[in-house]
Amino acid sequence: MSAYTATVTVRLKHGVLDPEAETTKKALERLGFELDALRSADEFEIDLDATDADAAAERAGDMAERLLANPTIHDYDVEVSEAE
Amino acid sequence: MVVCIVRFGGSNCDRDALRALTDLDVDADIVWHEDGLPEDTTAVMLPGGFSYGDYLRAGAMAARSPVMDEIRELAADGVPVLGVCNGAQIGCEAGMTPGAFTINRSARFQCEHVHLRVENADTLWTAAYDEGEVISLPIAHGEGRFEAPDSVLAELEAADRVLFRYCDEDGSVSDDANPNGSKGNVAGIVGEDATVAVMMPHPERAALPDLGPTDGRGVLRGFADA
Repeated sequence: MSAYTATVTVRLKHGVLDPEAETTKKALERLGFELDALRSADEFEIDLDATDADAAAERAGDMAERLLANPTIHDYDVEVSEAE
Repeated sequence: MVVCIVRFGGSNCDRDALRALTDLDVDADIVWHEDGLPEDTTAVMLPGGFSYGDYLRAGAMAARSPVMDEIRELAADGVPVLGVCNGAQIGCEAGMTPGAFTINRSARFQCEHVHLRVENADTLWTAAYDEGEVISLPIAHGEGRFEAPDSVLAELEAADRVLFRYCDEDGSVSDDANPNGSKGNVAGIVGEDATVAVMMPHPERAALPDLGPTDGRGVLRGFADA
């Protein structure tokens, strides 16, 4: 077993309205910034022990499927690195 | 006949639901979710509130609590289940009904009276109304925007599984009458079996004659007729 950190990034599917991101974009524009679009995402860093990186990624993917993401509105991706 | 109103940490419409059901002569009890459902449970209500502080997504945590396995089993046996507001979010998160209720188009919490058009009056929950009837109920939510893939909404509409749509006082369903940006102005739907229903507006907050409008009694009467 080795120690890994799995990073799960959960973001809204393309085309799903993100009112908080819209509000944030407007606030940035009020501060004088120029920007075309802004998207937000949630990132979860999960420390776990697994036999190899693939097993760690699979377990973190299951976590996203079961809880961290809502498949109706979200896409997610998983990246695994050896824990520092 | 005991309707179990399931209380999670952060539920806050459980007592309103109990009062409204009692006024309708429906035998109901509030049950703490960790205690599980009593054996004589004949229907389940998931009340509004902010279970688990809306952590992650509204309803996400409660939807994965052990009591939901019990509720899913009962629902499969035909036991009526109604989720209101946070209960609706829990129902969708638990996969009992399709779609999701997510952040309002306004990005704000909204507390107001809305008009709803009854889309299907042939269910337990809407039998007290006529199809096309316009009723008024309060909403109080920050995450009430119904989202579903186009194909899922089309399936729901084709199977007549939309219970209510947001409309104006004349029953016209328009974007102007859509308080939260819900897809198709959908305010409430039923599951594959129409005995399971979820809705964002609060029938229990419009059910006591002494407090004003009573348009919500018709929904709750579904428990009496179950």
